[in-house]
Amino acid sequence: MSERKMSYVGLPRKLPNSGRSIGKERHAREPLAKFIRKHWPLYVMVVPMLAYFLVFKYIPLLGSVIAFKDYNIFDGFIASKWVGFQWFETLATERKFLLIFRNTLIISLYQIVFAFPAPIILALLLNEVRKTAFKRTVQTLVYLPHFLSWALVYGMAYMMFSTQTGLVTQLLSHFDMPPIHLLQAPEYFRTLVVGAGIWKEMGWSAIIFLAALTGISPSLYEAAQLDGASRWRQLLHVTLPGLLPAIVILLLLKVGNVLDVGFEQIYVFLNPLTYSVGEVLDTYSFRLGIINGEFSITTAIGLFKSIIGFVLLVSVNKLSNKITGEGLY
Amino acid sequence: MRIKSSLGGRTFDVFNYVILGLISFVSLVPILHVVVGAFSSSQAIIHNRVFLWPVDVTLDNIKLVVQTSTFWKAAWMTIKVVVIATTVNMVLTVFGAYPLSKSWLRGRKFFMLFLIFTMVFQAPMIPIYLVVKSLGLLNSLWALVIPSAVSAFNVILCLTFFRSLPEELLDAAKVDGMGEFRIVAKIVVPLSLPIIVTLLLFYAVGHWNSYMGPLMYLNDRNLQTLQLYIYSLISQGNSNDIVAAAAGEASITLVPAAIEMATIVLATAPIVLLYPFVQNYFIKGATLGSVKE
Repeated sequence: MSERKMSYVGLPRKLPNSGRSIGKERHAREPLAKFIRKHWPLYVMVVPMLAYFLVFKYIPLLGSVIAFKDYNIFDGFIASKWVGFQWFETLATERKFLLIFRNTLIISLYQIVFAFPAPIILALLLNEVRKTAFKRTVQTLVYLPHFLSWALVYGMAYMMFSTQTGLVTQLLSHFDMPPIHLLQAPEYFRTLVVGAGIWKEMGWSAIIFLAALTGISPSLYEAAQLDGASRWRQLLHVTLPGLLPAIVILLLLKVGNVLDVGFEQIYVFLNPLTYSVGEVLDTYSFRLGIINGEFSITTAIGLFKSIIGFVLLVSVNKLSNKITGEGLY
Repeated sequence: MRIKSSLGGRTFDVFNYVILGLISFVSLVPILHVVVGAFSSSQAIIHNRVFLWPVDVTLDNIKLVVQTSTFWKAAWMTIKVVVIATTVNMVLTVFGAYPLSKSWLRGRKFFMLFLIFTMVFQAPMIPIYLVVKSLGLLNSLWALVIPSAVSAFNVILCLTFFRSLPEELLDAAKVDGMGEFRIVAKIVVPLSLPIIVTLLLFYAVGHWNSYMGPLMYLNDRNLQTLQLYIYSLISQGNSNDIVAAAAGEASITLVPAAIEMATIVLATAPIVLLYPFVQNYFIKGATLGSVKE
């Protein structure tokens, strides 16, 4: 009721202003308090969202100081004792941490080399299809796995590769080949995880590239055809340059998140037999921090991860701006 | 020269269709295998006779899962989380985005920076966990709702859409004496249905599929969601218990794999059945994010 009154009260003062009833210049002269009083519903609306960000984003960011403290539950974020860089030193000298860091980097590298180009190739192949019905069918099918959770993907992988009833195991025995313990074998773990990632996300990630492809002006292709360029040449000189901005931006984001290999993706496939090759920073943080309650050292790992990511992002972006002229900012 | 190149082109086309056909096949096989397994007899499964079509079609597997009370408990928990969390998400996103879509709003720049900063600098897992813990949310449904109450990225998608609404219309409503809250409910939301539906679907599927949240925040087995339920069913062999319990009362003997496949099918069914109808909303949503502001 009162909000309705507010707008009535505000009305006559607005009308003399020609054109837009609410113009920036007019409000700039108004004192802030008066402006807020007049438009209070708008400020009330944003409060819940801002409160959420404050509590669940900003406070945890400030709470990261426990990486430099010996956190305990009773003293909390503020009163716990300072220990400086002690946890970081512990990490740097611990062999287990170095192994996990290495695992993370290797899996991330696999993702960049194999999983990153897959949707680009898929989009290029789809782009060459002229039968719309076929194209739509393929798209519907390859997008579908994106909507399955990682727990379900694990379940499906189990049904494919389990040594008793797995589909692949059956096929192998059909050809008198020995079964592969794909889900337990350390030597296959990284392939399995990255492969599952490609299976789940390749189609979905292709959407962005397909959208970028439709943005390429047809006149460029016409000009190339007039010059006698073959389809292959058109791909090299028209399509790929057209895709370059999208490719560069997504690659930059991936490199910036190089230590983020996907918690759920790794966690569901991980078991004690594959810890040696598959334990990554996020899964280790989960087990050490949340299961074992080692809050401070785990926060140090998290902070280390964010800082590396940020530094990488900034430097790779700079490099990319220099080489390709494209960047995030 | 012309003929030669078109021959090469045709070879490529054939090759292209074959490759894409194979990719689609590989995308579908694991899903199809589980679906046909869910409807095949345990005898066929244990003797490795089930490939990509059902053998000895039966509903026993599905029936047993439907009769399992722990399955329903997990399903009910998941449904509650999806409904409550998505509602909270939408309210916060729409009301958060609307004021920010007004370029003349004072403080807008600050609010935007406040938002974008959280997308660039993300807090580590543990401090977030400690905040959730100190708020007393652990082991409650709210641990899956409040810590993910709104996504900054979705707010930006939403406010970009709101900006395209005709401002004259909103001003006219104001002149007619409508308050801002009623303008949002009666004018902005109905006019923005494409983005609203897209975000709603994104949020809902995210909650349905979420695994990390429940894993971190819920220890109580009575509160587990479907995703936790399925994962422990398969990785910890909990399906053996269900089979053993069923063997006591029924004459049928089922193998764990049959139960697991039936559970996977039931947990995936809502999404897969809904998917063809809402696919376009998802695709639009996925490309919306790629627009550089």
